[in-house]
Amino acid sequence: MPTYRPGPVSLILAALVALFLLLPLLAVIPVSLTPSRMLAMPSGDLSLRHYQALIEDPRWINSILLSIRIGIVSSAFSTVLALCFSLGVWMFQPRFTAALVGFVLLPMVVPPVVSAITLYFLLTSISGFSSFFGYDTWLGVAMAHAVMTVPFATVLILVSLSQLDRRIDLAARGLGATVWERATRIIMPNIKFGIVTAALLSFVLSWEEIGVTLFITSVNAITLPRLMWMGLRDNIDPAIAALSVILIVITVLVLVARSVVVRLRAAR
Amino acid sequence: MRAYLSDRMGAALLMAPLLLFLVLAYAWPFLGVVKWSFTLPTPGLGQYNALLTDQLVQSVFIRTLRIAAIVTIVSVVAAYAITVVWVRGTPVQRVVAEFCILVPFWISVLTRAFGWVALLSNRGLINTWLQAVGFISEPLALVRNEFGVIVGMTHFLIPFAVFPLASSMRSLDDRVLLAARGLGSSRMRTFWSVFVPMTRSGIIGSALIVFVFSLGFFVTPAILGGGRSVMIAELIYLRIFQSPDWGLGAAISVVLVLFVGALMALLFRYIRPKQLV
Repeated sequence: MPTYRPGPVSLILAALVALFLLLPLLAVIPVSLTPSRMLAMPSGDLSLRHYQALIEDPRWINSILLSIRIGIVSSAFSTVLALCFSLGVWMFQPRFTAALVGFVLLPMVVPPVVSAITLYFLLTSISGFSSFFGYDTWLGVAMAHAVMTVPFATVLILVSLSQLDRRIDLAARGLGATVWERATRIIMPNIKFGIVTAALLSFVLSWEEIGVTLFITSVNAITLPRLMWMGLRDNIDPAIAALSVILIVITVLVLVARSVVVRLRAAR
Repeated sequence: MRAYLSDRMGAALLMAPLLLFLVLAYAWPFLGVVKWSFTLPTPGLGQYNALLTDQLVQSVFIRTLRIAAIVTIVSVVAAYAITVVWVRGTPVQRVVAEFCILVPFWISVLTRAFGWVALLSNRGLINTWLQAVGFISEPLALVRNEFGVIVGMTHFLIPFAVFPLASSMRSLDDRVLLAARGLGSSRMRTFWSVFVPMTRSGIIGSALIVFVFSLGFFVTPAILGGGRSVMIAELIYLRIFQSPDWGLGAAISVVLVLFVGALMALLFRYIRPKQLV
């Protein structure tokens, strides 16, 4: 069957857009190899000193570890909450589902800066009672990140539930399974993939979160994006270029691996 | 019957923790922010009055609307060009287009803004190259101004503009296009009078998404604008952290939410939420 393919003009325009999209990602590679202390193009000599700085400077290592810790805690928290909520919606099918889901999705649609000032209000209020949970603490950041990531986790789990055949749940119910048994032994094994994806996405979103983090941290809870931000605003530190190259390489590898997996699954 | 009822109760209880969490950690503090806007520094409507009269605030609002409008037009046009190839290209073209859309999409906003700094700054790639070739003697001011902000935001938002466009292009029937070609319409004419009109809902959806996103944008303008072309979100940040004026920051946030809410209502009249993904 013939299909309608883009012509040469479309291809040229698309190639220009593709170049525009990739250009800034490629630009960080030469900058990361500069021997200079400041942001500059390498003129002749190449050096790996900025990569070395990432491993040796405790500031970078500490904030990487902190970001991983916050990512794991907030992702676990938001995935569990999103899973319970989605299971409830799917099994209970309340009349006001649309309103409830809409409420849960709010942090995703409200402008991030408004969520940021909202969470700033929350954490400074909590700081009044507690010194290890509130403004500029890692637990406070983890909770704020959970608020921001829970809508995404909920969407992913709801989507995978919507593809599930209701009859297997009806059968389990007819055979006398309780809510707990239906959830853990019938539904959850069938949406494993969605749950894992939700947890991974929550982790990634927390790992790179900056808009809200900027409002709720000052000197103690310096996550990796927060440290990058500080390096970008004052004197531009080429170590950021080295870090960017590493992050870009990881992203490309993960995307390539994912598309290989998807293709293998489709071929089966 | 009792078992049935307790089942329903159990399922309903499963929804409670998340709802409770978001009421306590999101809805309640948001009301607190609204309260700030009416009570700080003095109770009353003073902050909202200031929004209407303060020249600085107004110039920031106008700049934000202008930048958002430019970014929306450029992003949607650029996204359209690459989406056509992603959806309708040969298998190889599709893989390449998908790679070019998804790789930037998954890379953090900071890395992408930094990439533009590396390209556009005075000692960046573009100025170094232009000077080496001899086109210019002084570096061009490509960053720390509105131009840099627009470039960076467009780059960030193109992938978001792609998804609604792709869904409307996928649902388009090939036979209509082939019929137009068969009836003697040129490639150009088929594109402009059949293809584009039939993807109108995708165009409206992606324009609204990009516009709404760019209104509340913070990181890219703050880095690429260098404090010289402040947008609403950065103004809120400055009001909270630099010239502590929490009431005004809160009032701007409330207005921003209302404005975005109105735009979202418009969005959902045109496309159903499912079509967005």
